[in-house]
Amino acid sequence: MQEVTEQKKEYVPTIVAFCCNWCSYAGADLAGSSRLTYPANVKIIRVPCSCRVNPMFVLKAFQRGADGVILCGCHPGDCHYVTGNYYTRRRMSLLFSFLNYMGIEKERTRVEWVSAAEGAKFSAVMNDFAKKINELGENKRLQDLRVKEERDE
Amino acid sequence: MNKVEELIVKRARELLSSKEVDKVIGWKKGEFYFDPSPAVFTSEEELKDFVYNGFCGANLSKYLVQELKKGGKIAVFLKPCDTYSFNELVKEHRVDKNAVKVIAIECQGKLDIEKIKEKGVSAVTETEENGEEVIVSSLYGSAKFRKEEVLLEKCLTCKSKKFAVADETIVVNEMKETANDRFSGVEELERMSEEERFAFWKGELSKCIRCNACRNVCPACTCVKCVFDNNASGMATKAPADTFEEQMFHIIRAYHVAGRCTDCGECSRVCPQHIPLHLLNRKFIKDINRLYGDFQAGEADEGKNPLIEYTEKDADPTAAVNGEVRHA
Repeated sequence: MQEVTEQKKEYVPTIVAFCCNWCSYAGADLAGSSRLTYPANVKIIRVPCSCRVNPMFVLKAFQRGADGVILCGCHPGDCHYVTGNYYTRRRMSLLFSFLNYMGIEKERTRVEWVSAAEGAKFSAVMNDFAKKINELGENKRLQDLRVKEERDE
Repeated sequence: MNKVEELIVKRARELLSSKEVDKVIGWKKGEFYFDPSPAVFTSEEELKDFVYNGFCGANLSKYLVQELKKGGKIAVFLKPCDTYSFNELVKEHRVDKNAVKVIAIECQGKLDIEKIKEKGVSAVTETEENGEEVIVSSLYGSAKFRKEEVLLEKCLTCKSKKFAVADETIVVNEMKETANDRFSGVEELERMSEEERFAFWKGELSKCIRCNACRNVCPACTCVKCVFDNNASGMATKAPADTFEEQMFHIIRAYHVAGRCTDCGECSRVCPQHIPLHLLNRKFIKDINRLYGDFQAGEADEGKNPLIEYTEKDADPTAAVNGEVRHA
């Protein structure tokens, strides 16, 4: 008779970070070359500008199993395309406030301004965000069970 | 026939007979007294079916988008709240205002047949407004209600009785402004904890059958191709369920009209499942007012909406979500 052993996987949150090509993505590079660490479960998606991030991307990330979503862009005023991040700021303020209104924990979403020279800030921001998400635990409110099943199989 | 309806039909007849307009958009008698539906009238004979009664809650501005594509000049009858939607459509170049004659008409608030039915009155044959009272006649006698008992949700918190645009007006009795506390519902939810809010929306949104009525009726939703028109999704007209799709649909629907929503309340009026969709739109309106200064979409037919604009001093998202900041 075969013995059934229960395998309990340790919970590791998935964090999606949308990083602007011109600043935070380079900031992540700098963090790496400066030997600063940030959690391995932060999945970076490179975008040409933080304003490229459609609200749908954020929801999709949660649908596909993200436990936290963070957007990183250039500091306001420093956008490579001059005004992109000003739009991001308005869009995400409204979207995140709205998600919170729907009952999604407000710590699950965040926007940070990280320049290409701020490798240390990038690492600090990611560590802090990952810590918060770890405390919150799994995202159960904005998940698609069908997608989760597929992923876990 | 009430006085306003008489004047409206008379004006519509004049416009059509003098060929000043080719079409008139108004409301047409339905099967019952309480279900008039939006309709296009092209001849004087058709006008015999024209109605304007307490159940003409439908916003006619969106019908212009399709009708104008067919050409010709159109006269449209708009209630005060509908004129805002019209302006918004002009602003977004969906409607050519030179091809439209806007006839702004009196509205004392429209009635909700569902609320009347809940009070045990069915087979309504006529309603008569008498100041703050509504006399509802049915096949089984008549009943008297206070107005606030039977008004549509959108009319209970009417934002304004001012016409944002009008080429002509037909107003017989003075229109009184409603005591406006349209954000009280949103504030009530904001006071709840995250868990309670989540439970509330879960309960509401799981009723959704994705009939798309809220989207189809919305004067701000005029994309030719909608992100939600995807046959492969298997989501069209499904059974109510509690899944990610409902959240996604309602979040994106509300987001797409953020900053453009005039709060006409049509989404909640048409929802067959009675989901309070206006609470979603009003959250955006409230946040925009709080963060970027008071803004009423559709007040003018030009200018920029808050989401396609910015200032250098805008609040950071974290502070905005925490409610720490306010527009100076």
